[in-house]
Amino acid sequence: MNSIEVINLTKRFGKFTAVDNVSFNVGKGEVFGFLGANGSGKSTTIRMLCGIIVPTSGEASVNGFNILHEPEKVKANIGYMSQKFSLYGDLSVEENINFFGGIYGLSQSRLTDRKNWVLQMSGLTERRKTLSAQLSVGFKQRLALGCAVLHEPAIVFLDEPTGGVDPISRRNFWKLINELSASGTTVFVTTHNLDEAEFCNRIILLDYGKIVATGSPKELKSEFIKNGMLFLESDDVYTAYELLEKHRLVHNASIFGNALHVSLSDAASLEDNAAEAIRAFLESNGIKVAGIRSIVPSLEDVFLETIEKPASDD
Amino acid sequence: MRAIIDFMVKEFLQFLRDPKMFAVVLIAPVIQLVFLGYAANRDLNDVKTCILDNDRSNSSRDFISAFEKSGYFSVIQYSENYSELEREIDLGNALIAIVIPDDFEKNMNSGKTSNVQVIFDGSDGNKASVAAGYVMSVASSYGSKIFIERFEKSGIKVPPAGSIESVTRVWYNPDLTTRDFMLPSIVGLVLIIITVNMTSLAIVKEREIGTLEQLLVTPVKPYQLILGKLLPFTVIGLVAVTLVLAVMIFWFGIEVKGSISFLFFCSLIFMLSTLGLGLFVSTVSKSQQQAMVTSAFLVIMPMIFLSGFAFPIESMPKIIQYVTYIIPLKYFTVIIRGIVLKGLTIADLWLELSILFLLGVVILVFSSLRFKKSME
Repeated sequence: MNSIEVINLTKRFGKFTAVDNVSFNVGKGEVFGFLGANGSGKSTTIRMLCGIIVPTSGEASVNGFNILHEPEKVKANIGYMSQKFSLYGDLSVEENINFFGGIYGLSQSRLTDRKNWVLQMSGLTERRKTLSAQLSVGFKQRLALGCAVLHEPAIVFLDEPTGGVDPISRRNFWKLINELSASGTTVFVTTHNLDEAEFCNRIILLDYGKIVATGSPKELKSEFIKNGMLFLESDDVYTAYELLEKHRLVHNASIFGNALHVSLSDAASLEDNAAEAIRAFLESNGIKVAGIRSIVPSLEDVFLETIEKPASDD
Repeated sequence: MRAIIDFMVKEFLQFLRDPKMFAVVLIAPVIQLVFLGYAANRDLNDVKTCILDNDRSNSSRDFISAFEKSGYFSVIQYSENYSELEREIDLGNALIAIVIPDDFEKNMNSGKTSNVQVIFDGSDGNKASVAAGYVMSVASSYGSKIFIERFEKSGIKVPPAGSIESVTRVWYNPDLTTRDFMLPSIVGLVLIIITVNMTSLAIVKEREIGTLEQLLVTPVKPYQLILGKLLPFTVIGLVAVTLVLAVMIFWFGIEVKGSISFLFFCSLIFMLSTLGLGLFVSTVSKSQQQAMVTSAFLVIMPMIFLSGFAFPIESMPKIIQYVTYIIPLKYFTVIIRGIVLKGLTIADLWLELSILFLLGVVILVFSSLRFKKSME
C-alpha cells in the first residue's frame, strides 16, 4: 500500500488555479520531496492532504484514508509542521510537549516516553523549562518536529521546515528526517532549497500548480540533462550566454556567478569534442574562455532546465 | 475531555505569563469601579445661583433667604445689573439666575401676583430640569407660607383640614444616590469587557501566530477547541465579578440585598452571551487589533448605550426601544440591580433570566457554527 495516493487533485481560488490536476503516489518510508518556486502550489497541496482545506476536485488518500470522507482519521495518522514556528512561545518546552501530547490523546506513560524521546532528539533535555520563544530557530524547528511526531504518525508533512536556519542546523535537521524515514515513517517535505532535495528518495517538481518532473534526483538529472553538462568560465559571461543560447550544440545555458552551466543538445552527443567546439566558437567571437570542463549536474540545473520562466516571488 | 482539560491548563499558563492580560482582568475592573463610583454622580446638591434683586426690600430679602435656607442653592453672586448676571451664566459659573423685579414688595403687599424671573443654563438639560424642580418647590412653599401669614394677619383662622399633603418615601435607594444605582450594573460591564475582549483576542492570537493551523491538523474536535477556549475565560469572568462585588460592598458600602449565589448564577447565564459574542468577533477578525476595535464598536458600545446602563430605555425613540430587546446587557442590568438593590429572587426575575438564557444559547450556537465553518 502506498502511504499517499493522489489522483487529479485540483484547487482553485476564484479564477486562480493553485494546484492543477496533480497525481502522484508516495511509498511507505519514503522521503518525498515536493519542489517548486514560491507560489507553485506546494503548500496548497500539503494543506489539502492534511485536511486543512478542501480540494476543488480530485481525490487523495493518506495512509489509506480518504481526505474528503475521513478527515478525522487522516488527522490522527499524520504529523504536520509548517514553515512558521507554530508552537506556543509563552509555554515552556515541556509544556508544549504536554499540551500536544494531550491533544493527541497520549496516555500518561506513553507521553513520558515520547517526551523523553523528543527532548533527547531535539537536544533540549537540559532546557525543558525554557520558554520556547527563547530558543534559537534551529532548536525551535527540532522541537516543532518533535511535537509533530509525538504520536508516532505514519506520515509526517513538513512544509518548508528549514526556512531561515543556518546550514549546520539544517544538516542536523535532515539527519532527524532520515532517522524518521529509517524507522518507517513516510516524510513528505516541501522545499525550494535544491541542495536539500538531493537528500530525498523521490522528488516532484511543481511549476504553476502543474507537475513538470518526477523521479529520484539521479533519474531527474539523467532525464533532463541527457547529453552532459559543461562548466564554462569566462570574463564576459553575459555575452557568452547570449551567444550560446542560440548555438546548435547547446540545449540550455544558465549563469552561475562568473561562470555558465551549459547543458548540451542532442546534436552535441554526436560531436567528438563538443567542449572544444564551443570554446572555439566563443573565441572566434572575441570572448576569452578561461576554462571549460564537464561536470555532474545538480538538481538546480535540472530545475532551471525544466522551468522556462521561473515564477516570481509571491 | 482530556483535550479540554489540557486546553484549559494551557490557557491558564498563558494567562498567568501575560502581565498585560493580568492587569486588564484584575486591575482594570477595580479602577473602573472606583472611577465610576465617584464620577458617575448625577445628584445635584449645590445649585450655583446668581441673584439680581431690583427691589431690595424686606420681602425680596426674605424670599432670597428661603432659597439659601433650602440647602439646594448656594448664592455665588449678588449681581449689580443684568449684564453681570448674564456673564456668570455664560461663563458657566452659575447654573441659574434669579431676577426679582422692583415692584416685588409692592405687588406682594397689595395682594397681587408677583413675577420672579429665573434663568437656567439649559446646556445640560438633565441638570436644568432638576434645578427647576428645586426652584418650583422653594417658590411654592414660600408662596403658601405668605398666604397663610396673610390669612392669620387678617384674623381669619385657616381651616386645618381639606389640604392634601403628599409624603414621599423612596424605596430601595432612599437617598436617591446615583452611585447605588450605577455600581451594581458595572458587574455586567466588566463581564462584557473581559469576556468579549479576551475570548476574541485569545483565539485571534492563535490564528496570527499560526498555532490555530497547527491545531487544525490534530484530531482535536471543534467543540473541544471552543470549550477549551471559553471555559478558562468563564472562570476569569467569575473572578472579576467577585472582585467587583468586593469593592462595591467593602469600599462603597453598598450591601447586596439578594442572594449572592443567585447573582453568580445569573452572571454565568449572562456569560453565555458575552462568550458567544467574543467567539463571533474572533470569526470576523484577522488580527488582534481588528478584534479589539470590533469588540469595542460592534459589541461593547451598543451594549452600553442600548442596555439602559447609561441612558434610560423609556426615553429612547420607540424604534430604538425595540432594538434593546435583543441586548443581553439590558436584561442583566435589570437582574443585577434587582438583586443588589431590591433583593429580588428567581420568582421575580424568571422572565428576564429566561430571555437572557435564550439569547445566550442563540448567540453561542450561532457563533460556534461560524467558528466551526471558519476552521474548515
